[in-house]
Amino acid sequence: MDLDPEDVFKDEEDGSDNEFFQQSASSKEYVVYLVDASPKMFNTTCPGKDQKDETHFHLAVSCIAESLKTQIISRSYDEVAICFFNTREKKNLQDLNGVFVFNVAEREHLDRPTARLIKEFDCLQESFMREIGSQYGIVPGSRENSLYNALWVAQALLRKGSIKTADKRILLLTNEDDPFGGLLGAAKADMTRTSLQRAKDAQDLGISIELLPLSCPDEEFNVKVFYADLLGLDGEDLVQFMPSAGQKLEDMKDQLRKRMFTRRIIRRITFDITNGLSIQLNTYALIRPAVPGAITWLDSVTNLPLKIERSLICEDTGALIQEPPKRFQPYRNENVKFSMDEISEMKGISTGCLRLLGFKPLSCLKDYHNLRPSTFVYPSDQEVVGSTCIFIALYRSMLRLKRFAVAFYGSSSHPQLVALVAQDEVAKAGVQIEPPGINMIYLPYSDDIRDVEEIFPDTDDDAPRADEDQIQKAAALIKRIDMRDFSVSQFANPALQRHYAVLQALALEEDDIPETIDETLPDEEGLARPAVVKAIEEFKLSVYGDNYDEERDFLGKGKVGEASRKRKTIVENAVKESANYDWADLAENGQLKDLTVAALKTYLSAHNLPVTGKKEALISRILTRMGK
Amino acid sequence: MARNKEKLVLLLDVGPSMHSVLPEVEKVCSMLVEKKLIFRKNDEVGVVVFGTEETNNDLTKEVGGYDHIVVLEDIKVVDGDLIDTLQKLPRGTVDGDFLDAIVVGMDMLIKKYKDIHKGKKRLCLITNAVHPIKDSLEGTKEDQVETIAAQMTAQGMKMESVVVRGRLSQDANKRIMDENDRLLSIFSKQTLTRTVYVDSPTSLLGALKTRRITPVTVFRGDLELSPDMKIKVWVYKRTQEEKFPTLKKYSEKAPQTNKFATHQVKVDYEYKTVDGASKVVPPEQRIKGYRYGPQVVPISAAEWDAVKFKPEKGVKLLGFTDASNIMRHYYMKDVYLFIAEPGNTRAILSVSAIARAMKEMNKVAILRCVWRQGQQNVVLGVLTPNISQNDKLPDSFYFNVLPFIEDVREYQFPSFNSFPVSWQPNEQQQKAADELVQMLNLAPSGKEEALLPDYTPNPVLERFYRHLELKSKQPDAAVPPLDGTLKRITEPDPELFFENKSVIDALRKHFELKENPKLKKSARRLLREKPSGSNDEDGDADVSDAQAVNSIEKALVVKIEKIGDLTPVQDFEVILSRRDSPEWVGKAIKEMRDKILGLLSDSHEGDNHLIAVECIAALRKGCILESQNHTTIFCAILTCIASRKE
Repeated sequence: MDLDPEDVFKDEEDGSDNEFFQQSASSKEYVVYLVDASPKMFNTTCPGKDQKDETHFHLAVSCIAESLKTQIISRSYDEVAICFFNTREKKNLQDLNGVFVFNVAEREHLDRPTARLIKEFDCLQESFMREIGSQYGIVPGSRENSLYNALWVAQALLRKGSIKTADKRILLLTNEDDPFGGLLGAAKADMTRTSLQRAKDAQDLGISIELLPLSCPDEEFNVKVFYADLLGLDGEDLVQFMPSAGQKLEDMKDQLRKRMFTRRIIRRITFDITNGLSIQLNTYALIRPAVPGAITWLDSVTNLPLKIERSLICEDTGALIQEPPKRFQPYRNENVKFSMDEISEMKGISTGCLRLLGFKPLSCLKDYHNLRPSTFVYPSDQEVVGSTCIFIALYRSMLRLKRFAVAFYGSSSHPQLVALVAQDEVAKAGVQIEPPGINMIYLPYSDDIRDVEEIFPDTDDDAPRADEDQIQKAAALIKRIDMRDFSVSQFANPALQRHYAVLQALALEEDDIPETIDETLPDEEGLARPAVVKAIEEFKLSVYGDNYDEERDFLGKGKVGEASRKRKTIVENAVKESANYDWADLAENGQLKDLTVAALKTYLSAHNLPVTGKKEALISRILTRMGK
Repeated sequence: MARNKEKLVLLLDVGPSMHSVLPEVEKVCSMLVEKKLIFRKNDEVGVVVFGTEETNNDLTKEVGGYDHIVVLEDIKVVDGDLIDTLQKLPRGTVDGDFLDAIVVGMDMLIKKYKDIHKGKKRLCLITNAVHPIKDSLEGTKEDQVETIAAQMTAQGMKMESVVVRGRLSQDANKRIMDENDRLLSIFSKQTLTRTVYVDSPTSLLGALKTRRITPVTVFRGDLELSPDMKIKVWVYKRTQEEKFPTLKKYSEKAPQTNKFATHQVKVDYEYKTVDGASKVVPPEQRIKGYRYGPQVVPISAAEWDAVKFKPEKGVKLLGFTDASNIMRHYYMKDVYLFIAEPGNTRAILSVSAIARAMKEMNKVAILRCVWRQGQQNVVLGVLTPNISQNDKLPDSFYFNVLPFIEDVREYQFPSFNSFPVSWQPNEQQQKAADELVQMLNLAPSGKEEALLPDYTPNPVLERFYRHLELKSKQPDAAVPPLDGTLKRITEPDPELFFENKSVIDALRKHFELKENPKLKKSARRLLREKPSGSNDEDGDADVSDAQAVNSIEKALVVKIEKIGDLTPVQDFEVILSRRDSPEWVGKAIKEMRDKILGLLSDSHEGDNHLIAVECIAALRKGCILESQNHTTIFCAILTCIASRKE
């Protein structure tokens, strides 16, 4: 059920099984960043971070750098090229003037981003003037058209790969809304026409061109002057363009580092409604715990990957076992053996399809009926025409009647009872938040449910119950600490974000690790608001009376006392014991290894260090502690 | 280990009214002992049956009375013989008295252990409680039960009673049942007794917990509402998957004669360089590499330790929110239970107040949890109230883990309303679906809910342990098929489906399914394999299953009267084999002929031809089988088809 993260990118039949899914067909993205490097980009500034002004060029480059850093984690199989135009030097396959394709060693022009690319791109600004240089490419009297050239180079870079398997995009960053403004008459008309034609040719090839305009402080970028024609904008799109473009630029800078997965069917399953009525469903994993990605073992000397070989050794004879061994379970003083076939036969209790058993009201699905992340189910007419129709009918009935279906999902690894809960489509501002379909929730068996509540009942009395006043106070408290707009998954996983930040810092050999913010911490400021504090105090008073603190202290002493006293005595003893040795001297002379493990442990416990591990581990821990 | 030894006495009703469920009682009890043999070898178990012809127990010898109760096994450490005993329970002849049996069981426990092992002594009663208990000599029955209950509490005994009712005891006396239920409820109120009512053999198998796992807290400490308001809580796992046991690998290398061979297998991993030399790299020379784009970045464990995310231990409230903001399918993992620190009245009251207020206002709480110091990540989840139905048990919370942004994949799916009209159900179809959803009801009012997860055993584990027991006696035994009781979990209940046959037929009539004609032949697997009930891609699924599917299918489709579009060949065969009227043969052949002609005339570019040919083949076979006379008919039909083809 769980998919291997790497596997996702392998060639697999995509979910484009009907005309509705066409838009998501391609799984890769090829992007060419086309950055205007004209002097105007350097001369105009805008307020940046830390209240300092930064040039448009700097802004564009840092946006791309941030975006690359995100991309290398989230979609590292996408390919990028970075290309400047209006440059002094030229570097491109077509040998066109005023266009410079930036690249680093061991990388094609359009290729997956590498650490080296990101690192050198980060340092580019210092060397830019020296090595690439800025110069207007479109000047009166010259036949050169750097914009035209740039589009041509970008299009040539994107020649790679089929439009079916990859999305191709050109991202144009400029602050010049009228590139041919300096020209007059026929020359202007001619250049405008050829540039538009070039853009149109590219678009006809399936390449989309996007513009990220940078506005000057005193004058907004006027997209109508030239670029509206180039992008083919009109009507509503044109009005919406500027606000949405600004947002896009912001988004580029602050994206979440998150591995993206292309949508993929995990499994096609048959849903047996009754005999002779079986429809086809596709299952998707919409919610799965994100993991940092697979690790590879390396040889620390050469940094080359290692291969892992598994061998089975007979403990009695030491012989290598080649064939897959039988399994056994000790039982009644003997070993009961099972062949692998037998085991899979025992597990295979159903034919692998989903069988409808009946329906129950939603209230029967309790909060503790859960084991694993749910799976999303959506119908498909690919093999059985008519599946979608039945599915929609049942889906609507379940939604309306507030019922869920109970079915048996006989997968070979995890045959399980499942609840099929219909989910209505939820959309906010035109964006789908919850897709329509059915969520398959895996139900526990009685073997999986533990009756822990029943282990501590007070035998003599009934359990205490809160009275009306206490409940009222609790309700007031709940009202005060209300997160009105909470939506599931509004928080980033702090450990994962930290992981990526560290990885990036180490990969790019950055000196300091960027700070990651733990969004999951409670809002202390909000909790300190007087109204909240008052509600809390009132609740406290109604339940605990005046002696909340006393009671806690008392309880705290009684409870913690026992365990901590024990710990304390151990430490005290250890301190005493360890004083018998001259640790510094022993360490100096390498005599630590002559001590017993028990003796070593006294030092460790005296210094509040972990005492686990082999002797070498203990010694190295002591040495580290001593700073050696 | 030893201090957790459980002392259990099984009190089993074997009277005549219980005979129908005794096979399940035998199974669940032997499973209980079997799991003890594997997981808790030191537990002690005794077996008492009541409702037998004979009488054999200590009390009858000492004080008289206590008739029809037999101590089958004295309390002793579990062994294989006990299973053999439990698998062959005697069939009793008289209606048993469960209260007498409880007294006998208590007497055994008291005699053996005196008043030590408090809380480890357990009675397990399985009965249908449909027969009256004897009137007591002094006081009412209620008084008698209360005395016994008080004694039970004083001795630190727990009881679990499984009462088999519903479908399994239909014609019992209502008045007696109510009286018995009232008496049993006294135990639930006054002692540590869990009473479970089951109404199907399947839930009987699940109602008795066959394996007890000592619960361990995940967290003990403060639930922090704010820095100044903390409630002491303990957190347990409420659900955790009981996995298929990991079986050890068996080595056959040791010579047969070696009595002391362990037959164990050691799994050894070697890390080798990829180059030609294939040198083994020692552990200290290995380093973990993490992917960064196309490269792999080596990072040592020490480096990570210095910089990685290290949250502080603690459970903190982020806030409350409407329950509707959290959709059920976002629950990520197994479920936790938050209970107030036992014995801490104030904490219990706080939890109770907040839980009840949350329930009233339909709110849930969002928490951030770090269970242990040194945990590498935080857990974000939703706390939902669990209002206790039992006066003995305090209110508590359930806690479910919610996803982070990274865990959610935002795939878009087209809205159903955007589908073409042909894919949308029409009014009749929608009505047929509504009927189905309403009528195939697993939780009808007034009856026990069927397939309640709490009482539904895992069929795979059931099967494994049964097979294990069987194999220990017959090493070459084949894997037994799922029996009828377990089939109720994996397959629809034929009774329920039969009762609602009209609804199902209506559904079938309104919806038509057919193979996608555009699909390549090799890709077609779905429809073709279904009707004959054969296994699809899971080639390893056993044949017995398939046969069972077949038999059920026969039971359900036996009334087929027309040849449908879906499975013409099968339908034809079914009609042909009907023997309730001689007309069927002729009708079948005629229908089949029409079908074939229809298929040929409706065919686009020959896509139906394959099915038509199959039909003709089936028709030919059927005709030959029926009689000589029909073969001539077949020839006539064939000519007819041929002429049409022109």
